[in-house]
Amino acid sequence: MLRFLFRRLIVALLVAATVMTLAFILTRLSGDLAISIAGPNATAADIEAVRKAYGLDRPVLEQFLDWVGRAVTGDLGNSYFFQTRVSTLIAERMPVTLTLGLTGLSLALLISIPMGILAAVRENTNFDRAVQMVALIGQAMPSFWLGLLLMIVFGLSLGWLPISGTGSWEHFVMPGIVLAFSAVPALTRLTRAGMIQAMGSDYIRTARAKGLSRASILLKHALRNAAIPVVAIAAVQLGFMLGGSIVIEQVFALHGVGFLAWESIAKNDFPVVQAVVLVLAVIYVALTMVSDLLNAVLDPRLRA
Amino acid sequence: MSALLDVERLEVGFGGRTSAVRGASLTVERGETHCLVGESGCGKSVTALAIMNLLARGGHRTAQRLTFQGEDLLKLDDRGMARLRGNAMAMIFQEPMTSLNPAYTIGSQMTEVMRRHKKVSQRVAIDRAADLLGQVGITAPGLRLGQFPHQLSGGLRQRVMIAMALMCEPQLLIADEPTTALDVTVQAQILRLLAQLQRDLGLGLLLITHDLGIVARIAHRVSVMYAGEVVESAATAQLFADPKHPYTQGLLRCVPVPGKQRQDEPLGSIPGTVPRIGPGFEGCGFRDRCTFADATCAHTVPHQTAAPGHDYLCRLAP
Repeated sequence: MLRFLFRRLIVALLVAATVMTLAFILTRLSGDLAISIAGPNATAADIEAVRKAYGLDRPVLEQFLDWVGRAVTGDLGNSYFFQTRVSTLIAERMPVTLTLGLTGLSLALLISIPMGILAAVRENTNFDRAVQMVALIGQAMPSFWLGLLLMIVFGLSLGWLPISGTGSWEHFVMPGIVLAFSAVPALTRLTRAGMIQAMGSDYIRTARAKGLSRASILLKHALRNAAIPVVAIAAVQLGFMLGGSIVIEQVFALHGVGFLAWESIAKNDFPVVQAVVLVLAVIYVALTMVSDLLNAVLDPRLRA
Repeated sequence: MSALLDVERLEVGFGGRTSAVRGASLTVERGETHCLVGESGCGKSVTALAIMNLLARGGHRTAQRLTFQGEDLLKLDDRGMARLRGNAMAMIFQEPMTSLNPAYTIGSQMTEVMRRHKKVSQRVAIDRAADLLGQVGITAPGLRLGQFPHQLSGGLRQRVMIAMALMCEPQLLIADEPTTALDVTVQAQILRLLAQLQRDLGLGLLLITHDLGIVARIAHRVSVMYAGEVVESAATAQLFADPKHPYTQGLLRCVPVPGKQRQDEPLGSIPGTVPRIGPGFEGCGFRDRCTFADATCAHTVPHQTAAPGHDYLCRLAP
């Protein structure tokens, strides 16, 4: 078990290092940072001044090592636009994104696990086909479009829910649903497939031969095994949701990390862009590790 | 008193295309070991699963009579059947490697069945489980109870399955080829164990096997199945001494008997395989492989009695 954890940790660190490098390179590839920071009306002298002030005149490798060195100690630099520490900015915005992501994931699990189980129990019935159809539609529907649709119906026409901002829990309902919708298809299908496989297995026949109740057979014996891949994917989906909430935060004007990333890209505030990419990547890697751990908890064969 | 298990003219079909069991009848008395033999695909396992009402989806059973301890199993709903299964009637399977749930410990899976059927505390159930693991020849039962299936070998897992089946002191144990998936050395151990447990506990054992050596040693009664029918049924000694059905005779010729078999004499075999039989099939299912068959075998299959308790399905002989 310890060796398993150690191996996972090494891989996670390598992934984080790769992402840091890529984030750095990609921001440099977007053009001469000094020109874009100085703005369209700047003179050559202004640009040079900016280049010096931000240390962009140094060799790229030196800039990179300097950034990595600071980032490792938790110093993500200062934002050019907001004139505050990047770490403060991200810390301020993170709760909104986390709330959104966790709401989305919880809703997704609450919908997809029961739907998946019911579809599996009623395999090849109309209910099963309906669930699969809904999953297909969910997969095909762009989230910004669904977001706008919900806003028109529930926000503008019916007036049930606020359409933008983060003032109360009601503000998170529609964005949460939209985010959940992106994860529901995969989770539902995975639950359904896992349950069908488990229900056809020899150990379920044993459970039936033992005269166990239907609830125990379905929920204790089958779901426990069917849940293993679902848990793994759910953790990864949360990572996608946190990173992918850029679009949703934009549509619903939620000032979270995604919104911050969008603002910073538009303003060429590259320390913020780099940092957001890095933080989201680290969260993603951490979630993958959590999913591995949860798997080991659920499946004793992985603990060996 | 009626038999422990009484099955008369059991029919099992799958979706109207295949008739897996066609009017099979058998009885298991209290304290009797009844062996069901026949080659693969002749309906032995399906018969066992149909008795337990554990048929896979799409399987449908009918019977003229299906009683257990005098209770009509055909009239029981799922709940009523679940009350008997694992309790008064238990079953062990052909696949010890996959028949235990990989996610739960041996102890949890063994105690679960007892706590479902009997009003006992977890403590009592654990003690019973440890005791039974000892009885089936597992050393360090306390350690095993805390282990997961993947930490045990196939032979150990099958012993666990047997012990688990015995948790509620069943009257009837159905064992469906319990040794097929195991090493030869382990096979003998498991069968000896079953025979001994059957004697000690006095339970009715319906043992499905195709190992006639085993049958000769432990069975009180043998039923030979072919293509979904019980083609011959007799007390063990009677069947081995005087097989009537050509299929039974063929099966017995396939088994070498030390001392009786001459060195230069080739071992017998039955050419061909069990046919797939659909609804509406008439005549003898064995006729295509039978050396004695003629045109009449496509119509009449008389039920004959060679001696009291020795029945067979064939128009030929005696």
